[in-house]
Amino acid sequence: MAIWIDENSKLLIQGITGSQGTFHGGKMIEYGTNVVGGVTPGKGGQNIQISEHNLPVFNSMIEAIEATEADASVIYVPPPFAAEAIMEAADAFDRLKGEGVVVCITEGIPTLDMVKAVSYVNDRPGIRLIGPNCPGIITPGENGGCKIGIMPGHIHAKGRIGVISKSGTLTYEAVAQTMSINEGQSTCIGIGGDPVNGTGFIDCLSAFEADPQTVAVVMIGEIGGTAEEDAAAWAAENMTKPIVGFVAGSTAPPGKRMGHAGAIISGGKGTAAEKFAAFEAAGIHIARDPSEIGAVLKVALEESGLL
Amino acid sequence: MNIHEYQGKQLFREAGVKVLEGVHCKSVEDALNAYDSLGSKVVAVKSQIHAGGRGKGSLFCPDTGELLMEGGVKIAFSREEVENYAGNILGHRLVTKQTGPEGKMVNNLYIEAGCAIAHEYYLALLVDREAKAVLIMASKEGGMDIEEVAENTPDEIHKIWVDIDAGLLGFQKRNLGNSLGLSGASLKSFFRIIDSLYNFFISNDCSMVEINPLVRTEDEEIVALDAKVSFDENASFRHKNWNELRDLSEEEPTEIRAKKAGLSYVKLDGNIGCLVNGAGLAMATMDVIKLYGGEPANFLDIGGGAERDVVQEAFEIILEDQNVKGILVNIFGGIQRCDVVASAVLDTTEKMGLNVPLVIRLSGTNFEEGRAIIENSNLDCHSVETLAEGAEAIVNLIGGGQ
Repeated sequence: MAIWIDENSKLLIQGITGSQGTFHGGKMIEYGTNVVGGVTPGKGGQNIQISEHNLPVFNSMIEAIEATEADASVIYVPPPFAAEAIMEAADAFDRLKGEGVVVCITEGIPTLDMVKAVSYVNDRPGIRLIGPNCPGIITPGENGGCKIGIMPGHIHAKGRIGVISKSGTLTYEAVAQTMSINEGQSTCIGIGGDPVNGTGFIDCLSAFEADPQTVAVVMIGEIGGTAEEDAAAWAAENMTKPIVGFVAGSTAPPGKRMGHAGAIISGGKGTAAEKFAAFEAAGIHIARDPSEIGAVLKVALEESGLL
Repeated sequence: MNIHEYQGKQLFREAGVKVLEGVHCKSVEDALNAYDSLGSKVVAVKSQIHAGGRGKGSLFCPDTGELLMEGGVKIAFSREEVENYAGNILGHRLVTKQTGPEGKMVNNLYIEAGCAIAHEYYLALLVDREAKAVLIMASKEGGMDIEEVAENTPDEIHKIWVDIDAGLLGFQKRNLGNSLGLSGASLKSFFRIIDSLYNFFISNDCSMVEINPLVRTEDEEIVALDAKVSFDENASFRHKNWNELRDLSEEEPTEIRAKKAGLSYVKLDGNIGCLVNGAGLAMATMDVIKLYGGEPANFLDIGGGAERDVVQEAFEIILEDQNVKGILVNIFGGIQRCDVVASAVLDTTEKMGLNVPLVIRLSGTNFEEGRAIIENSNLDCHSVETLAEGAEAIVNLIGGGQ
C-alpha cells in the first residue's frame, strides 16, 4: 500500500532538459521509478536520453499528461518559474484526471509566489502538492520502488515505518535510524522547510493512520511556525499508531534564520522547546538526539506490541 | 533582508503611504541643516539601526563604554537639542532589547517633522505561514511593545487575512477600521493608507511591514510614524533596487562572505565549529553538541552537492574563527558526496594548518571513499560513525563543556 505513490506511479519531470532534471531523472530511473517523459517549454517534440531510456519531451503539462497518462510530476525548475510550474501541473492534472501528485524540489521560491500557488492548488482538491524546498517522496519497493525527488535511494528499504520531515538530510538520518533497528519504511515524505508549502504534517499523519502497511511514524520538525504544535494536537485526537518525534533547532538564537527560509524563531514563537512540549503533551515519543530515534522507535514499537 | 526606517519611509512616500517630512543625516551638521529646512519647531531625532526597541534603548561610547544618553529616539524642541541628541547618537553604540548587549553602531540618523498626535495605533502586515495568506494586524494599543499587548490583552489585536486572489476587500478594511474606533475623515484616511500598504507589501515582496506607531493626527489624518520593512530574500531576483538599500554594515562580515560562496552561515557564541550539509542536520548537530555539554560556534550548511572549492571556503571560515577550539564535520551525503568533503578538508588543512581537534563523521553517498581519503592521509583527526559519537568526541577533546 504505502501512501500517495507506488511502483506503478507514472512520473513526468518538469524541467527535464535542465542539469538538475537530467541528473536526478537518471537517479530516479536507476532506483526503479517509472519516468514516462518530461516538460520543457519550447523543447517539445525532442527526445532526451537518460540512463538508457529515450524519453519524450513536451511543451506543456497538458500535452505530456495526454500522451503519457502520468499520475505525478516532479519540478526541477529555477525559482523564478517554479510557482508557475506548480500551477501548470495542478491545472493539467485537474483538467485531465481530476487528481495528481506534484512534487516541487526547487529551493528559493518567493514566499508570495507560494501563497498564490498553494491557493491555486487548494482550489483543485484532487491535487496534492509536496514541497517546495524538499527532498521529495519515496516509497521503497521489493526491488527498487518509486522515488520522486533527490534523496539517496540506496539508504531505504521497504518496511512499515512512515517518515515525515521538514528537513532533507535529517530525513536521511531518520531513515538510517529505522534501518539501525532493522525496520524499513512504507513511505518517506520531505514536506520542505519553507514558510508556505503544500502537504503538511497533518496530511501525512492522516494518510499514515489510514495506511495498512504503516504501523508507526517518525516525524521530524524544526523551529519556526506552529505546524508541529498543530500536528501534535491533531495526533492526540486522531492517531492510534505510535509516533516518534524530533525537533531541530533547540540551540538556535531568536531572529536568526537557520538556512531554511522558514526556520526562524520570531516574536517568541516557533521555539524547539514549545514543539517538544507539544509532542510530549500529545503522547508522542521524543528523541532529543537524532541518533536516538532508532532506540526510541524500538521502545514505541515494543509498547504497542509490534515487536 | 531588513532596511532602515528612513529608506522604508522613502518607499512609503513613493507608494502613496502618508508619512511626515524627514531627512536622512550622517552628521550633526546634516542634522542641523535638516532642522532648519524642515521648518518644524518640534522634530523627532531617530537613530537608524536594524533593530526594534530604539526608543527605550541606551547609547554608549564605543571606546570608553560610558553611558551617553537614555533613549535612541528623542523629541527635540530646539536647534540646540537637535545638536545635543544627534551628537549623542551618531558614532555611538545603541543597545536595545533586540540588539543584544553589544548593541549596534549608529551611523545614520533620521530627522522628522513633528505632528499633533491624537492617538497611536499598531499596524503590521506579514505572511501567516499557517493560514498561507497575508495577515494584517492592528491594535488601538500603539506605541507600546506589541508582544506585551499580545500576551496580556490578545483581544485588543484585530486580524484580517487577505485572499491573495481576491485582494484586500472593502468589508475587511471597514471591519479593521471600526475595530480601531475610526470614523468619518480618519476612517477614509485609514482606507487610503491600508490600500497603499497592502499594494506596497505585495509589489515589493515584503515578508513583514510593521508600523508602531501608526497615528491619528488632531486633524484626523492617519500617518505612518514608523516603518519597519523586511523583504523576502528569495524574491531578490526581481528587485534590482534592493542592492542599493542593503546596509552591509548591519550584517556580520563572515555571513556576507559565506553567502557569496553559496553557504548558509550564522555566527554563534560557542567554541565548537560545525560543518554540515543540510539546514535541519546543521541545527540538529548544534543541538546534540549542546546535549553533550558543548557550545556550537556556528551554524553552517554547505547545501546539497557542494563542490570542493565551496567546502574549502566553508572550512576556512571555521578555521579563521578565533573562538573555535574544536571542529565537528557532520555529513550525511545525499546529493553531497562524502569524498568531495574529505578532499576539501584535507586541502584546507594542508594550506592553513590545523591547531584544534577535528572530528569527522561521514555517512551516505560515497562514505567509504571519503573515509579512505581521510585514513590514507596524515590528517590528525578522529573518524566516527554517528552524530552522537561525533558530538561526544569533540566535546571531550576540547576538555568538556565551557
